Amino acid sequence: MTDRNVTSASPVLAIRDLSVGLKTRTGVTELVRSVSLEIRPGERVGLVGESGSGKSLTMLAVMGLLASPVTVTGGSVTLGETELVGAPDRKLRALRGSEIAMVYQDPMTSLDPLQRIGEQIAEGLRAHGAHRNEAEERALAALAEVQLPDPHRLARAYPHELSGGMRQRVMIAAALAGNPRLLLADEPTTALDVTIQRQILSLVARIQRARNLAVLWVTHDLGVAAQFVQRLAVMYAGRMVEVGPTAAVFGAPQHPYTAALLAAVPSTTGERSALGQIPGSPPEPGNFPPGCSFASRCRQARPGCIRAEPALEARGDGVAAACFVPPAEWQP
Amino acid sequence: MNSPAEQPGSMPGTDASAVGASGPTAAGPSAAVLTAPVLAAAGLVKVYPPAGRAGQPSIALAGVSLELAEGACLGVVGESGCGKSTLARLLVGLERPTAGTVLLQGQPVTNFRRPELARRLQLVSQDPFSSLNPRLTVASALTEVLLVHRRVPGRKQAEQRVAELLDMVSLGPQFASRLPHEMSGGQAQRVAIARAIAAEPQILILDEPTSALDVSVRAGIVNLLARLRSELALSYLFISHDMAVIRQLSDQIGVMYAGRFVERGPWQSVMSAPLHPYTRALLTAVPEPHPDGSLLGSADDLAHDAPDTGKVQVAASGRTGCPYFPRCPIRIDKCLTDDPPLEVVTGAHEAACYRAGVAVESGGVPAESGGVPAESGGPPGERA
Amino acid sequence: MAQLAAAEPLAVTRVAASRRSLAARLWSQPSGRAGLIILAIMVLAGLASLAGLVPDNPNAQNPAATLRGPSAAHLFGTDQYGRDVLSRVMAGTVLSLQTALLAVAICAVLGTLGGVAAGYFGGVISSVVTSIADLLFAIPSILLALAIVSGLGAGWQNTAIAVGISYTPIFIRVVRGPVLAIRNADYVKAAQVLGFSRRRILFRHVLPGVGGILAVQVTLALGWAVLIEASLDFLGLGPPPPAATLGLMVSDGTNIAGIAWWTLAFPAIAVVLLVLGFTLTGDGLRDALDPSTANS
Repeated sequence: MTDRNVTSASPVLAIRDLSVGLKTRTGVTELVRSVSLEIRPGERVGLVGESGSGKSLTMLAVMGLLASPVTVTGGSVTLGETELVGAPDRKLRALRGSEIAMVYQDPMTSLDPLQRIGEQIAEGLRAHGAHRNEAEERALAALAEVQLPDPHRLARAYPHELSGGMRQRVMIAAALAGNPRLLLADEPTTALDVTIQRQILSLVARIQRARNLAVLWVTHDLGVAAQFVQRLAVMYAGRMVEVGPTAAVFGAPQHPYTAALLAAVPSTTGERSALGQIPGSPPEPGNFPPGCSFASRCRQARPGCIRAEPALEARGDGVAAACFVPPAEWQP
Repeated sequence: MNSPAEQPGSMPGTDASAVGASGPTAAGPSAAVLTAPVLAAAGLVKVYPPAGRAGQPSIALAGVSLELAEGACLGVVGESGCGKSTLARLLVGLERPTAGTVLLQGQPVTNFRRPELARRLQLVSQDPFSSLNPRLTVASALTEVLLVHRRVPGRKQAEQRVAELLDMVSLGPQFASRLPHEMSGGQAQRVAIARAIAAEPQILILDEPTSALDVSVRAGIVNLLARLRSELALSYLFISHDMAVIRQLSDQIGVMYAGRFVERGPWQSVMSAPLHPYTRALLTAVPEPHPDGSLLGSADDLAHDAPDTGKVQVAASGRTGCPYFPRCPIRIDKCLTDDPPLEVVTGAHEAACYRAGVAVESGGVPAESGGVPAESGGPPGERA
Repeated sequence: MAQLAAAEPLAVTRVAASRRSLAARLWSQPSGRAGLIILAIMVLAGLASLAGLVPDNPNAQNPAATLRGPSAAHLFGTDQYGRDVLSRVMAGTVLSLQTALLAVAICAVLGTLGGVAAGYFGGVISSVVTSIADLLFAIPSILLALAIVSGLGAGWQNTAIAVGISYTPIFIRVVRGPVLAIRNADYVKAAQVLGFSRRRILFRHVLPGVGGILAVQVTLALGWAVLIEASLDFLGLGPPPPAATLGLMVSDGTNIAGIAWWTLAFPAIAVVLLVLGFTLTGDGLRDALDPSTANS
């Protein structure tokens, strides 16, 4: 990927030491622990992890969409100059749809089944101050931009009349209609056919480049991460264990979990050998073991790994990893 | 009550080798099969009645034939709507085909009574939390299978066998007393696999067994399935939308589109030298876990890709011609009127395409391959 | 197409506590607890009456002590015949309970058979059963009960039959739904592929799923049956005087409520407590069985 749009300007989104927890009668169960990430204008950043890693919760926390008793327990999230954590609802609502837009996995639950598509998009625009005609025009333009055939006809259609891929394009259209600075996407292509997924990814990449949009893309699919994002962060048990430019992370993973994940992914080329397995299962929230959460499943674990939690440290080439054992000392 | 009384004279499958190859497939021979196919299908068609009053009947399968060799793994890959799940349901007998036959060890599957069939052919589905009875412990579920199919003489031996089965799927004995919701997805799927092999079948139909699982868990299940296949001498029909996973396990790969096979052959040939334009599109669209920009890189490729017109790929009744026509970058006039049959192109590699092997090069000019004359094709990938 | 890969819910909401016994869970529900306590009191009172542990013979008339208010001798006062109201209320409670139990036994058996048949077999059987249910539904329950009692005559068993038949369609409906849903569940399909017989699938895999709903419905039906039975007695369609039914007592009591409020109040409260007890217990059962509330 040869995008030159990534500047060293100040970040669009800065997540600093964000923690999310579940408030119970007896205390707080940690779910996301001290996650930090920056996204600059024009950058596509991926958040990768398996289920329970906290990646979706992080995304929801950024948007201020956590539902009690799950709540942000620490840290800050700034959009440009604006602090999002603890911001009043009114302010967050003003930002959503205009500055930040979000796309989810299942468009059927985010689209009103009883309202025509064009009207839904236009309504969102009007809520942010557009006049009726302007909103209509911008809605049509948005539908055209996502390459939906015959936008005029489609604007009058209902969500159930469209295929999954088209609905997802509508979601993207609605998200981009407000001209946001930041697009948050939570596995929007996971449920789509692979050929449609490719079209959607290509579409988003094109629009993103044209608008210099910052994108945070959550996915469990390492293939999508490899092909689509420029920088990626790997999450495990609520923590960020590795972060860096995609090529560097894939080429020379600095964290044993990242390496294990990569070994577990089958590909359509190359040698056909047994896939790498990771023994055991991820720890449950509330049951995070002392020290490094991955230690009990890690081939490279040393005695010191359970005594203290490793912090993210720079490893060169823009990569940071949270591990006490450098790759040079890894056993095969 | 549950006596699967075996009537004299209906003991099929006791000597598989004696049964002549009776699979009347239109296609060429299966890959290097010396014995009869253990599972075969001939001309399977499945039509569902129209949904509403004014609707059209939908054709889920438009003529599927296949042969599964003993000990082999046939991978069936396709996207949503291609009919692969319907195929699975027909093969295990959950539904009857509208036309065509399924042959198990040479005998029509209708010859077998249900329990008989279950002892030869089993199914593992996608979501273990739905396919496992939420009220039964692992031990209860496995014991039930063992006792119904008399795989153990009595309850006492059943306990022992349950522990063995759990061990075979790499689960510790503590799982015997667990309920499905007390396990993770990967563990539950292992239990579902254990339940299937408890019946001691020769054939496993696997319908997207890893699609609902995490990446690292998926790897474990794939490895387990590979190991079980060789340890228990099983034959697999592995259905998935995931090309990479199919590639891991399969000897033969079949690609389905609109209710039929459009390509089929040895896994190496299909993956490295696809003959059908749909297979090619599928392979190009798989995001490889290597940051080489290949997915988004070639814009020309995408220009030839079918636009997402929202058309589901169910074969429309009354349609003539190739079902891939609307999306095909190399179509010719003949494709509109004549549905290409699945035919051998080279060796054991079949394709249902008049221009099998032809690739589209950037610039829109189709390249020639294998002596197929260049014809003036229609404009590729027009936006509907 | 490709489902959510690994969309496991938050581990903390995973149901870990379904191992707690049903009774324990029911007790921990406020409605369940209240319901059970009320029912315990009423049932104990009824059992005491059956055992003869009553202050006075419910039918013993005492012309010298008519219409006395509540006092030490007669905790609930006396009625127009001098009979001890407390003893009569206790006897009435027994009558209500036994009528309700018989009624619900009838409708539960008939309704479950019908519902299971309709849900499991579908097709013609389902159409026939649901048509019968719709027919019964269309007739207001009191009228239906009226018709049956008029035909069969008075007596608590006939009241029970009347109430039972009129409630049957509800059981059919309540049971049919889950049976239908479970019948199409993936694990039932899996049981078919595993080669299990229809009978095994029905009894081992389908019906156990219905048990909980059935239990809730039976409890609620008991409450409803008490109410309808009391209404029928109130209208004079139940066992004739001098039977100590709560409904009759309320009916008599309404006439003289101005001068002897206790003859109306206590029987009425008894009816209310019975209905409340069953309804609260039923609600508590429903919550206790709901897997989403099953975490401790």
